[in-house]
Amino acid sequence: MKLAFQIAKRFLLASKRQTIVIILGIAVGVSVQVFIGALIAGLQDSLVNTTIGSRSQITINIEDEYITGYNELIDTIKDSSENIRVITPTITTSGSLIKNSNSEIIVLRGFEFDSADNIYKLTEKLTEGSTLPDEDNEILLGINLKENLGIDIGDTVEFDSAIYDNRDFKVVGFFDFEVNEINNTWTISTINTVQAIIEQGDVVGNIEMQLNEVFDAEDFTKTEIAKNIDNKYNISTWISENESLLSGLQGQSISSLMIQIFVIVSVVLGISSTLAITVLQKSKQLGILKAMGIQDSDASLIFLFEGLLLGIFGAIVGLLLGIGLLYAFTTFSGTDIPISFDLGFLALSAGIAIAASMIAALIPALKSRKLSVIEVIRNG
Amino acid sequence: MASILSLRKINKTYGENTKNPTKVLFDVDLEFEESSFNSIIGQSGSGKSTLLNIIGSLDRPTSGNIYFKEEDLGKLSNKQLAEFRNRSLGFIFQFHYLLPEFTAMENVLMPYRISKKEITEDVTSRAEELLDIVGLGNFKHKLATNLSGGQQQRVAIARSLINNPSIVLADEPTGNLDSDTTEKVYELLRDINKKFKTTFIIITHDRTVAEKTDRVIEIKDGKVYLDISKQKTL
Repeated sequence: MKLAFQIAKRFLLASKRQTIVIILGIAVGVSVQVFIGALIAGLQDSLVNTTIGSRSQITINIEDEYITGYNELIDTIKDSSENIRVITPTITTSGSLIKNSNSEIIVLRGFEFDSADNIYKLTEKLTEGSTLPDEDNEILLGINLKENLGIDIGDTVEFDSAIYDNRDFKVVGFFDFEVNEINNTWTISTINTVQAIIEQGDVVGNIEMQLNEVFDAEDFTKTEIAKNIDNKYNISTWISENESLLSGLQGQSISSLMIQIFVIVSVVLGISSTLAITVLQKSKQLGILKAMGIQDSDASLIFLFEGLLLGIFGAIVGLLLGIGLLYAFTTFSGTDIPISFDLGFLALSAGIAIAASMIAALIPALKSRKLSVIEVIRNG
Repeated sequence: MASILSLRKINKTYGENTKNPTKVLFDVDLEFEESSFNSIIGQSGSGKSTLLNIIGSLDRPTSGNIYFKEEDLGKLSNKQLAEFRNRSLGFIFQFHYLLPEFTAMENVLMPYRISKKEITEDVTSRAEELLDIVGLGNFKHKLATNLSGGQQQRVAIARSLINNPSIVLADEPTGNLDSDTTEKVYELLRDINKKFKTTFIIITHDRTVAEKTDRVIEIKDGKVYLDISKQKTL
């Protein structure tokens, strides 16, 4: 073991240039993997985040009915899956806001701000001077409504529902979701405010959730929840509502995987062909070692250790190179392309390179067993 | 004197399962005595290399038996044969064959390290002593590639002795050395034979070298053609 390791080390050090070239070969493979992987993961994260990061990922409601006893329901749901990150009740109705001669059709949403903020990130989206409503009949408006209605913070507007009584609301702020549909129509208040309008008592319309693992929504979490709650409730997930987005994301994951596989294949081919040549180069040494009585297994170990050492150094250099590339890319490219960078992925890339190097070294290691001592010694 | 190695009816055929099998050795019977100094001569193609490989347990005979002392080498597995070579045989080759990546000292210690025993002070001082004997005490830490041909061959001799082998097999040990160096190397082998009682089997095509040994075995057409022993001088 120790001897084989030392011989491997000497062999590598004796032909420095060749060793450096192989290490660079592995390093380039690893760095491409790190770079492309971080880029694709970053794009994916940002896509997921922009599309479903600020909305409900699983929503529970009853068709044409409000949910009563929603606090117990929330507790049941919470206990049924570990994957639920945030859960919040919401209630929604619609109508028009009227200010002077201006009128806009709006969606009035009642939130429980403590938990809802974890889904909608409202505090991050408030414009200057705005505050969250802390009393009933205080509202936040989409930023576009500010101009369309000609109102400002502190103003009072009239809410006109076709079915229920009219109300006066006090404007406490504006928000900007960077989505026109929301900025044009959303009006946010407390749950109590909306409950008071619809006069149904302590009810809500939806239970909304965000998850830790968003891709588990349909296949795992939905099933877990369905097992524990009455089947009068509808459970809808972002996945069932966004099939095209999902297939896009999957396409990205697959292309990322393909790139990784090709990089690994090229690393394996590169190392195994160079190591196969080293077996030829070192056949004299192997012959003499075998004449001196080295065991076949130890002779094979020499090449496995060579693969291991090349893999380790290749991985280290490759990680540094990959991180350098990412740094250069984010600093100098001037684009806003997100990079997702996590240690687990780096460790995985390095691990794969080392394992690939070992596998690549297996071929020459096995080949060394067949080497005939007599031929080597006789033919010089 | 007791026999250390005996060959009984050794036959060797190459390419047995092909259309044109070539028989190289025919019923070779040979005995080697402990601490004897032997040479095997023969033209190229006579079968002496094949015989060396069989004696050195690098190749197995097609039929016949080889006994080391009482042990039948034919019954050993490849792994056991490797252990046997490491423990009981020392090799010296024509082209020196040191490991160029290692120093003279490390090369000498290599057969010992292959045996997977801990390097002790005893062994290192033995290696140093052997390098002194071959006159290379000052070259211990030089890389093998930085030594001349004659120096490399002397390191190879020191290396063949590190595990205290019973037999040293030398294949044209002076084959590509000039006549002065040949003489020195030969004397060195002689000294070692006397000092450590090691059995030497030297394969050569050079009759003048062979004549300096105690016993000359000539191989011709795969058979023992001549076997002449000199009277031992005390």
